[in-house]
Amino acid sequence: MSFDFTITGFVALYIFMLAGFAGWVIIGNVPAILHTPLMSGSNFIHGIVVVGGLYTLINASTTQEQVIGFFAVLLGAGNAAGGYAVTDRMLAMFKSSEPASKPHRSHASKKKH
Amino acid sequence: MLTLLAQLTIGAANLVAAFLFLFGLKRMSSPATAASGIRLAGIGMVAAVLASFLYVLNIDDSVKPYLLMNITLALLALAIGGVGAWLAGRKVAMTAMPQMVAIYNGMGGGAAGAIAAVELFGNNAHDASQLIVTLLGALIGAISMSGSVIAWAKLQGIINKPLRIKSQQIINGVVFLAAIAVAGWIVFVTLSGADPLLSIASWTYIFFAIALIFGILMTLPIGGADMPVVISIYNAFTGLAVGLEGFVLGNPALMIAGMVVGAAGLLLTLLMAKAMNRSVANVLFTNFGDIVKAKHGAMKGTERETAASDAGIEMRYASSVIIVPGYGLAAAQAQQKLYEFVKLLQAAKVSVKFAIHPVAGRMPGQMDVLLAEAGVPYDLIFQLDDINEEFATTDVVLVIGANDVVNPAARTDKSSPIFGMPILNADKAKQVYVIKRGQGKGYSGIVNALFYSPNCNMVFGDAQDVLIKMIESVRSLGKASS
Repeated sequence: MSFDFTITGFVALYIFMLAGFAGWVIIGNVPAILHTPLMSGSNFIHGIVVVGGLYTLINASTTQEQVIGFFAVLLGAGNAAGGYAVTDRMLAMFKSSEPASKPHRSHASKKKH
Repeated sequence: MLTLLAQLTIGAANLVAAFLFLFGLKRMSSPATAASGIRLAGIGMVAAVLASFLYVLNIDDSVKPYLLMNITLALLALAIGGVGAWLAGRKVAMTAMPQMVAIYNGMGGGAAGAIAAVELFGNNAHDASQLIVTLLGALIGAISMSGSVIAWAKLQGIINKPLRIKSQQIINGVVFLAAIAVAGWIVFVTLSGADPLLSIASWTYIFFAIALIFGILMTLPIGGADMPVVISIYNAFTGLAVGLEGFVLGNPALMIAGMVVGAAGLLLTLLMAKAMNRSVANVLFTNFGDIVKAKHGAMKGTERETAASDAGIEMRYASSVIIVPGYGLAAAQAQQKLYEFVKLLQAAKVSVKFAIHPVAGRMPGQMDVLLAEAGVPYDLIFQLDDINEEFATTDVVLVIGANDVVNPAARTDKSSPIFGMPILNADKAKQVYVIKRGQGKGYSGIVNALFYSPNCNMVFGDAQDVLIKMIESVRSLGKASS
């Protein structure tokens, strides 16, 4: 890459540290009732690896790189699409016993932390 | 100019994706907002994937002859992988969710490993730290992939028995050290230019082979009951591998998303292990289930059987009922019937609550999903810490297809393998009914003292049939009184 996206030593460590901390704190607030959707939701999020796969495949300049890159995108896409499909399905099932209303207008304040 | 614009667009899309991932996860912390959380994260993912096609505007001249083929392959891989997994995810039964998550997770680990492989074969690393990080990500990704496949096979019932061989831990240790040694050799040879004996490419193949084998060996001896913890660990592993490969590719979105999942997965793993009263090391390195065999048949007293209709009527006239569902409920596909019964009780002004143990089901929180699928509102569902005090003042507890999580031996019997595990104090209620397929032990093979206690009655039979009888008995009461 010519444009400066390079991340060197300590900057990388700072990113890792802050991201790790953010993940820990955000998940710490999730009630146990949502642990399964959460696990599959975080599973979906590491599906972003498909972007790395696309970068690798697009820059492939040998047959070997094409083959491996193809599998990187294939597997990454499966991770992302599958993770999304199951998480979305599970979360759509959670309903409150209060009168049914559209999910985004439901009484969000009740269980907020 | 065009390439600069492309790079800025990619950068911006990745930034947006990283933000939406964090924000989406945050919104998942409440059942009311969770559904919108995953959608936001999904938008971020689509944006990042679309933007990454702009990489074509900024490639080396050496890539140009391959570009058309590369783009075709990329579209093909996205279509096959994406559509295939999407359809499978839409179709899979909620009871099979743990193995589905395992397989998607393995795919992510494999993708991270594949990216690392391209970097290694192409000898793309600029310096020692990049090479080491690439290898580390490759190792973790490969272990996560092969380990997840084994976890999937176990949960799917393809591999039934934990496979244990003599001095397994030593063999695993040696294999792991071999992977590290090969990685170290690759780093040494690349940096010093010494004679590698075999070509670097061959060493890379060997490295991946050993890493994959280690993932298999590490997962094989672990029992099915512990698989959720294992899947959670591999989820964290894949996150870590993705984060590390993100560093290698200079992509902050991968770094952030990967590390967030790594930390989240670690926390989730610790929570799960705590709920089972075991350390993560204990799950990974000891053979749960072996010690248990000697114990059964030692229980005094008998199990008292009650007819389903009697139990149903008693609950109808109770003022409070707590239901403790376990995996047996889902195995019998009886969630719908259970909720139907609960609605009848509620109509008769009985206060009904569901108590969920953290490890109910085959995965933490799976029971909650299964109940939600049947239409049970989430505000009737309570977690162990929130409801455990209430059992003592509750009239009737109905245990369906759960066993170990209500075994009082966890509180009282120091010799029990589950001693110290937090349990639901169902035994403290005035009356306990247990619906069970037949006389047998729980998933861990331990005799349950609750079933022999004076305030407990057993209702033997398939959960679905029993619930139908209970529903009928309560309905006929309603008719008689009107």
